[in-house]
Amino acid sequence: MTVRNTPNGFHLNDAGRRIIVDPVTRIEGHMRCEVNIDEDNIIRNAISSGTMWRGLEVILKGRDPRDAWAFVQRICGVCTGTHALTSVRAVEDALKIKIPENANSIRNLMQLSLQVQDHLVHFYHLHALDWVNPVNALKADPNATSLLQQSISPHNPKSSPGYFRDTQNRLQKFVESGQLGPFKNGYWTNPAYLLPPEADLMAVTHYLEALDFQKDIMKIRTIFGGKDPHPNWLVGGVPCAINIDGVGATGAINMERLNLVSSIIDRTITFIDQVYIPDLLAIAKFYKGWMYGGGISGQSLLSYGDIPDDANDYSASNLLMPRGAIINGDLTKVHEVDLRDPEQIKEFVPHSWYKYPDESKGLHPWDGITEPHYSLGPNAKGTRTHIEELDEAAKYSWIKAPRWRGHAMEVGPLARYVIGYAQGNKEITEQINFVLKTLDVPVTALFSTLGRTAARGLEAQWAAGKMRYFMDKLITNIKAGDLATANVTKWDPETWPESVKGVGFTEAPRGALAHWLKIENTKIANYQCVVPTTWNGSPRDEQGNIGAFEAALMNTKVERPEEPVEILRTLHSFDPCLACSTHIMGPDGAELTQVKVR
Amino acid sequence: MTETFYDVMRRQGITRRSFLKFCSLTAASLGLAPSFAPKIAHAMETKPRIPVLWLHGLECTCCSESFIRSGHPLAKDVILSMLSLDYDDTIMAAAGHNAEAIVTEIVEKYKGNYILAVEGNPPLAEDGMYCIIGGKPFVEQLKYAAESCKAIISWGSCASWGCVQAAKPNPTRATPVHKVPGLANKPIIKVPGCPPIAEVMTAVVAYLLTFDKLPTLDRQGRPQMFYSQRIHDKCYRRPHFDAGQFVEHWDDEAARQGHCLYKMGCKGPTTYNACSTVRWNEGVSFPIQSGHGCIGCSEDGFWDKGSFYERLTDINQFGIEANADAVGGTAAALVGAGIAAHAGLTALNRAKQPGAEKQ
Repeated sequence: MTVRNTPNGFHLNDAGRRIIVDPVTRIEGHMRCEVNIDEDNIIRNAISSGTMWRGLEVILKGRDPRDAWAFVQRICGVCTGTHALTSVRAVEDALKIKIPENANSIRNLMQLSLQVQDHLVHFYHLHALDWVNPVNALKADPNATSLLQQSISPHNPKSSPGYFRDTQNRLQKFVESGQLGPFKNGYWTNPAYLLPPEADLMAVTHYLEALDFQKDIMKIRTIFGGKDPHPNWLVGGVPCAINIDGVGATGAINMERLNLVSSIIDRTITFIDQVYIPDLLAIAKFYKGWMYGGGISGQSLLSYGDIPDDANDYSASNLLMPRGAIINGDLTKVHEVDLRDPEQIKEFVPHSWYKYPDESKGLHPWDGITEPHYSLGPNAKGTRTHIEELDEAAKYSWIKAPRWRGHAMEVGPLARYVIGYAQGNKEITEQINFVLKTLDVPVTALFSTLGRTAARGLEAQWAAGKMRYFMDKLITNIKAGDLATANVTKWDPETWPESVKGVGFTEAPRGALAHWLKIENTKIANYQCVVPTTWNGSPRDEQGNIGAFEAALMNTKVERPEEPVEILRTLHSFDPCLACSTHIMGPDGAELTQVKVR
Repeated sequence: MTETFYDVMRRQGITRRSFLKFCSLTAASLGLAPSFAPKIAHAMETKPRIPVLWLHGLECTCCSESFIRSGHPLAKDVILSMLSLDYDDTIMAAAGHNAEAIVTEIVEKYKGNYILAVEGNPPLAEDGMYCIIGGKPFVEQLKYAAESCKAIISWGSCASWGCVQAAKPNPTRATPVHKVPGLANKPIIKVPGCPPIAEVMTAVVAYLLTFDKLPTLDRQGRPQMFYSQRIHDKCYRRPHFDAGQFVEHWDDEAARQGHCLYKMGCKGPTTYNACSTVRWNEGVSFPIQSGHGCIGCSEDGFWDKGSFYERLTDINQFGIEANADAVGGTAAALVGAGIAAHAGLTALNRAKQPGAEKQ
């Protein structure tokens, strides 16, 4: 039995019964979670383990830096594009390439559409079933659902009793068929589900409606990038050319294409305002007594910022998404974040399945090392290829433990919103105050599972509005006669210096994302990604600090230990992306490769 | 448990008229004549919803993300009415033991009568522990589910070829489904692409259900209805290629007029896929239409065929291993060489014309 206090303020006790969730579903990639609960079913110890590793950065070594975006884009097909954007920014930083204004606006439109679609899909298709019980929806009176809908979203035309009755009929027949498909083996009799039937029916109806609608948002990326998932990007700008009324304009971004983008933006804003936000608030009202899951969100938060207003200026004042760090719960002070400073971001591996020469020290991504080293601790149960219980005192995850000035940090929509709130960002403050007032909860309510989920919705709403802003900006710039979308002056590798390094960053839907690379003799010499789920899902570090997932699970009551919906709820509130979180390489990774580094 | 697709639709309050319309649309989306619609209707009236286990190995989930972008049929209708998607860890409500129990239940209850869909692939290095499901190597789950399935769908380039994690030096020994040692000998339909086109994915499903047989596969195991021709063969910019009108630099005048991207590295001439016809996201566009060359994402080993911006002639990748892949690669390279000769000739002809420089 181990009982101890972590430096970041959690009291761990592994004496109670161990509950294991593996696979954790409705996430991207593969993860495992283990907790110990006490006699009152309260979580007193939590372990989050990333259970996949692909080694993408190892693969990147020796490749053409202009190709890197396509490789790293395949780190994740859910937050598709954000790695690619991070990569082209890193290469442009290294080679000092300036992109045209139009390219900046188009990239922002693509990134913002991802934010909206990803948040929407997360809320309805990955997270909703933690709060919404589709089986209970069968008991609803469609008239009651209709009244509820009209009361929370008076402008939504799809609110008739017949509309909801259709969904209910469809659901009824689906359930009666005995083939429950994705709803099979859910915890549908668990008392942790609190919605009345009419709210469940409304939410299930919108589950289906959102599934239909989300695909339209991504058409914006197909227009500019040719396909989605995994659209095309370009070092130096964007690959699509603009031609409004010249010869051959049908072969480029023209008036018809711009109109299509514009109409999708309008419909997106409507959907978020009339469906997503009202649903979020309606569901939150029923759960506002469930204030678990805060973890470290009230003390340590990090954001790199994103969405540069003007092209090529990545300073905090030009970024529309906030940048900064909060530590020790002091919201009065937002610290500056410098990705190049070797003292700020470091990664540790004493509890990760990697080897360092000296594991008491962390390494900045420029100097990162990755040597996979799978092993289980002496107290693990099971075998090497059949794990029954992990030993968290030893190595237990394919995720490294990044720390900012030694602190485990939470990243993501809640981090961005709290940092923006602390900085007095007007739009963010207005949105947060509206929610707090509507739900009649204090600001501390933000630091919870529900707060994370609410911040994601607010950010989707914000991002949809900013799509309109950048669309207008793009049109204005074109109107002024600027058609440029790419800067090709440094396209030819012969124009490059022999040895350079760069860093690029974005705010992925799940949080702060950065890539560090070194280019030598026109090829990639080193490529390193530190991604949102590496921050949030990190295992313990050498000081014993627990990461954001583990912290958020602590002290939560689990109604039925054999049906741990509360664990899923809190983990899902981070929107984990495991394929993202688990690959790293460094100079010493070379021994893994057979690629010749020129 | 013998409920048919038609039963389900009818019981969902869908009229026979709407049902028949759906069948016509399905026929159209498969590229079939309207006369096929009654056959589809008949098939759907007499078949139960087939269980599907959709497993995930090393992957990025882009295949699932693509799948939910399908416009015809809608992903919603596939999930609620066409299949019984009993296991898919990306969207399923169940987790942990409850999720694992579903795999066992389907395997035992529907022996020989369920589809195994695989997204991603298993790593074989480190005893498979680079991808762990339920504490065990993913490859075990894959082999177990394959043993009793009716057929396997290898979604995307990961399951079909290995894709990005199998690019050199393939640190985890990520292995495509058909090359997994000890895997049960089952029919495998490869639907490559990174990801595959949404409507191609749902059309393959609809074809299986409608005709109750595997689609005709080419020598590499891909449905020939979507993968038998090169993107170049049906590219709307092909006339510019034939006319020798090429983009020379990003965002040049030729780019703004939508000329051919061959010189910018387009792999359309060696890539077998439906992008230039079906297009992406309900036909909105495809890579070439949006100004970037094809990167060949549905081809075996496309990550290791040189830069995406090198012209196909620069490709240098034969002779390392004499296997079927190398032979395929050589054939592709020969096609490339033919194109280069063609392009060279066109350029020569153009050089003879006064004012050719300006174009």
